[in-house]
Amino acid sequence: MQQRGTGQAQAPNQPPVADQDGSAAIEVVDLVKVYKTTRAVDDISFRITRGSITGLLGGNGAGKTTTIAMIMGLVLPTSGRVSVLGAKIPEQRYDVLGRMNFESPYVDMPMRLTVRQNLTIFGRLYAVKQLRERIDQLATDLDLKEFLDRSNGKLSAGQKTRVALAKALINEPDLLLLDEPTASLDPDTADWVRQHLETYRKSHNATILLASHNMLEVERLCDRVIIMKRGKIQDDDSPERIMARYNRDTLEEVFLDVARGRLREGAP
Amino acid sequence: MSEIVSHHAHGISLQRINAMVLRYWYLLMSSWPRLLELIYWPALQIITWGFLQNYISQASGFFARAGGTLIGAVILWDILFRGQLGFSISFLEEMWARNLGNLMMSPLKPIEFLLSLMIMSLIRLAIGVIPMTLLALFFFGFNFYAIGLPLIAFFCNLIFTSWSVGVFASGLVLRNGLGAESIVWTLMFAVMPLACIYYPVEVLPAWLQYVAWALPPTYVFEGMRSLLIDHVFRADLMAWALVINAILFAASFAVFLALLQSAKRNGSLLSSGE
Repeated sequence: MQQRGTGQAQAPNQPPVADQDGSAAIEVVDLVKVYKTTRAVDDISFRITRGSITGLLGGNGAGKTTTIAMIMGLVLPTSGRVSVLGAKIPEQRYDVLGRMNFESPYVDMPMRLTVRQNLTIFGRLYAVKQLRERIDQLATDLDLKEFLDRSNGKLSAGQKTRVALAKALINEPDLLLLDEPTASLDPDTADWVRQHLETYRKSHNATILLASHNMLEVERLCDRVIIMKRGKIQDDDSPERIMARYNRDTLEEVFLDVARGRLREGAP
Repeated sequence: MSEIVSHHAHGISLQRINAMVLRYWYLLMSSWPRLLELIYWPALQIITWGFLQNYISQASGFFARAGGTLIGAVILWDILFRGQLGFSISFLEEMWARNLGNLMMSPLKPIEFLLSLMIMSLIRLAIGVIPMTLLALFFFGFNFYAIGLPLIAFFCNLIFTSWSVGVFASGLVLRNGLGAESIVWTLMFAVMPLACIYYPVEVLPAWLQYVAWALPPTYVFEGMRSLLIDHVFRADLMAWALVINAILFAASFAVFLALLQSAKRNGSLLSSGE
């Protein structure tokens, strides 16, 4: 596992004013996004505490990706407020971008560049100190050494995901936003990625927000689950309490209940 | 909010600009077809137009006197066109690679991104145009560099125009996705007939001349003809071109930022397809 201190980004160690109490890595208030006539995100609010892993669950078109994109400042809200690590998004996003990172199936790393070249470029963009050492550390942690000098385009899907994860961790972010981090991975690689995320969170007290269709992943990783449907938050609690509320044994069953509009038993 | 601000959050970071230039350099060096493409068309252009100039200068007294105007025009046009392409293709590389989201989520600012594209446009231009000028010298005895100091004024004005067009075209692709890619390849050709590259402005109808004089390249090509035919450097033309270029440059930046905001409203930054 990587050690704090090697290759840290040039970000301050002091926590922001708004999260000095150890809470609110992300704060979303009355957030709405309307695309023409579609309400992709419909008046949602939540706070995510520092050091937690939160899962954003929901079917296709539930508004997960749009929500994450608004948190990142890549999509402008129609109304509502977002703040990340104490900075208002999008107005102050450049104040905190160096302390965040993300991985998404909607983006790729340049294919013709080698893994090392890609990590070098992103390391420089994030002003990572001792970049060579940091890349070596990530190569060890994520088992990239054997293909560090191979073009990204020549890697398997699993290897590419590990490289994307290395890019997402290059600046040792305080906040990691992940959209389907294990999509299209075989169970072994997916499990391996989950283990790494868990270890990273613990060692860095990092906050992770992940959107996923994989219920087992969410059950295993997340302290808290936010279930979305048609842009609205349907439920928001720990996986255990949500399963208990729906009287189900797995989150997958809960997901199907929500997706198919079945009534919850005893749910508020 | 100063507590949360990273050291490099404000101002322009040379390190980030260098990182982007390095990214495009790695790409160029990893792909011989990309390198070849930079040299191939300019070389074909100069050879074709050079022989045409040789032919018509034998048949026409005017062209015999005005030696090099066609070849000079071809090289200057290539600076204009290739300068814009060099800028825009580097931008398109990010769209093709689906890397724009990664960049937009990094601390790289739009201005730093655009500056790195400008630097790359100069590098790509040098790779394509320097061999072109050497071919002109070798095959047709036309020494482009003999233009001397006025060449700097010509070059600066043309490259500023090419960047303005490049910034504008890139903004359109950013907002509308790769479906707008053809604009990158064709937009400069809309300038071609009006910039009077191969003929003087007086050839145009009177009303169209007003449009032509609104374009900075027109001043450059008129200036080149004045220099090569009458051996007079028209500093007034270069000054006018610079003024219009400054306005165009500022306008293209403003339009790019507006299109970026529109892309963020529209949600098209993460879906850069068609």
